[in-house]
Amino acid sequence: MSNILEIKNLVVSYGGIEAVKGISIDVPEGEIVTLIGANGAGKSTTLKTIAGIVKPKTASIIYKGHEILGKSPDAIVSSGITLVPEGRRVFANLTVKENLRVGAYLRKDSLDKDFEFVFELFPRLKEREWQLAGTLSGGEQQMLAVGRALMSRPNLIMMDEPSLGLAPLVVKSIFDIIKTINSQGITVLLVEQNANMALQVANTAYVLETGTVSMTGIGRELLSDERIKEAYLGKTRK
Amino acid sequence: MLEKSKKKINLTVSTILIILLLFGLYLMELFLSPSNMIFIVLQKGVIYALVAVSMNLLNGFTGLFSLGQAGFMLIGAYTYAIFTIPNEARTAVYQYFGGGLIKFNLPVTISIILAGVMAAVFAFLIGLPVLRLKSDYLAIATLGFAEIIRAIFQWNALGPITNGSNLLRKFPSLDSTGFSKWIQKITCDIFGKTGNVTGATIYAFIASGICIAIIVLLINSTYGRAFKAIRDDEIAAEAMGINLAKHKQIAFCISSFFAGISGALLAMYQTTIQASAFKSAMTYEILLVVVIGGIGSITGSCISSFLFIAASEWWLRFLDAEKYVGGVKVPFLRSGFRKVVFSIIIMAIVLFYRQGIMGTRELTPAGVWNWFKKTFIKSAPKKSKEA
Repeated sequence: MSNILEIKNLVVSYGGIEAVKGISIDVPEGEIVTLIGANGAGKSTTLKTIAGIVKPKTASIIYKGHEILGKSPDAIVSSGITLVPEGRRVFANLTVKENLRVGAYLRKDSLDKDFEFVFELFPRLKEREWQLAGTLSGGEQQMLAVGRALMSRPNLIMMDEPSLGLAPLVVKSIFDIIKTINSQGITVLLVEQNANMALQVANTAYVLETGTVSMTGIGRELLSDERIKEAYLGKTRK
Repeated sequence: MLEKSKKKINLTVSTILIILLLFGLYLMELFLSPSNMIFIVLQKGVIYALVAVSMNLLNGFTGLFSLGQAGFMLIGAYTYAIFTIPNEARTAVYQYFGGGLIKFNLPVTISIILAGVMAAVFAFLIGLPVLRLKSDYLAIATLGFAEIIRAIFQWNALGPITNGSNLLRKFPSLDSTGFSKWIQKITCDIFGKTGNVTGATIYAFIASGICIAIIVLLINSTYGRAFKAIRDDEIAAEAMGINLAKHKQIAFCISSFFAGISGALLAMYQTTIQASAFKSAMTYEILLVVVIGGIGSITGSCISSFLFIAASEWWLRFLDAEKYVGGVKVPFLRSGFRKVVFSIIIMAIVLFYRQGIMGTRELTPAGVWNWFKKTFIKSAPKKSKEA
């Protein structure tokens, strides 16, 4: 399968300090790819750079064979890449439905089918259609954030820590939804601290450590890797 | 289907209410003395309502804390005045500058729109650097801009255009427009005399009403939703593909456009204008109206602007006059005391009524009707339960 996204030698620095030191990532079309790693490894920065929100020092980001580096965030969204930002970031004073409409801001065609799709995926959102997003529970807000991103009909959806601050049961349902979204043909690039869950769903996984890729592999294989177990899955040293 | 019919009812009720309001204003002009305080409150109130709503568009709906409103009103007021002073009056008005530079004039309606356009053009230029700033810094920058504009308009070198620090006057006011001639003619046809009718209040209401309606339509459009998204979360809005710089610029220019128009209307209302009147204190007054009405509520801004003008121009006036009761002077009552009391009221509102009168809610005919049913027709809820 061809790569929908190829990142080569990405370097990002914040005020002189390099947060990402030349990483290269390939995202094959139709797969779930995850980036795992500790705090400050540069996972979120990588996603923000792809979305065009952060400007890198040097890089080459090829999406569907075209360079998207230096394009504005709205141009990147309309080319089919959407970011579900970290910490949900729903529009608290807009209703659920308005949030979804903002998600489809750059589209001019009919949204009926997409509303149907999102409400089928998240029946809870349908129930709360007219509620202000700020009054939803954490899990519901995460669902809304994902649903909102889906409204732009992305080919590639990037999720930044979707399980952050959610109850274990809710985390499980979020990962089920990620699989469902992927089965619709949408490529998923997932950033997670919950390495266990992320590696279970991912086809390919990249382990980031302080701005560099330290390990690459198939998700399930990495799950049984001793070094990964030690560093991220809570296995104690013998 | 139900939603559509509800919308239709709402539209019909609103139209009827607007016609009733305009007719009411007409009757008031017909029967009340033109020096009645109510006309000052209504005319100035509706002009302040427009500028408050335009400020609310920025502060309440887009989350840009801007304090440049007085500056844009000044630009609007001057643009209107400069282009409408009759040619024969120019030598008298520009007596120190040889009759001024501009020797032509434009119709009132075009001048009002031009006033808005000029303000918007200035806003665009200012917005390019200033809108990169956030919250307090943006407020400071726009406030500074308004002060600079005021100084520039008073500058003697620009005298042939702005008349320096002197008054601009003799331009058409609210009651000397074509509209008032038209309404006087109609009154004459019906009653055989024009009476006190000038059409000034109706004119101010129609002009401001159209502008506020445009702002409401904008807020309810996709653009409005994008503005609110930017207010709630800039990063998420950017991730959804909303171009932050572009949308902030649009909101800033539109808000300034309507501030400019309200400046033109204010010039018409006051009949003379002078740059020195557009102080930062004026921006604070408008900000107060917005805060008292509720940040993020259009109807709140409208209601509170009438209350504000009524209180400052009318109801609290007695505090400024010295008064003797049985030969003893009542303490505190003297010129300027009104402002003290006013400040205390405002402090109380900000402390205990932080949401303002309306919060972020809106006053709609349907809402008022429901409230009325709940409080006065107590049997109504029972009936609806049975049904």
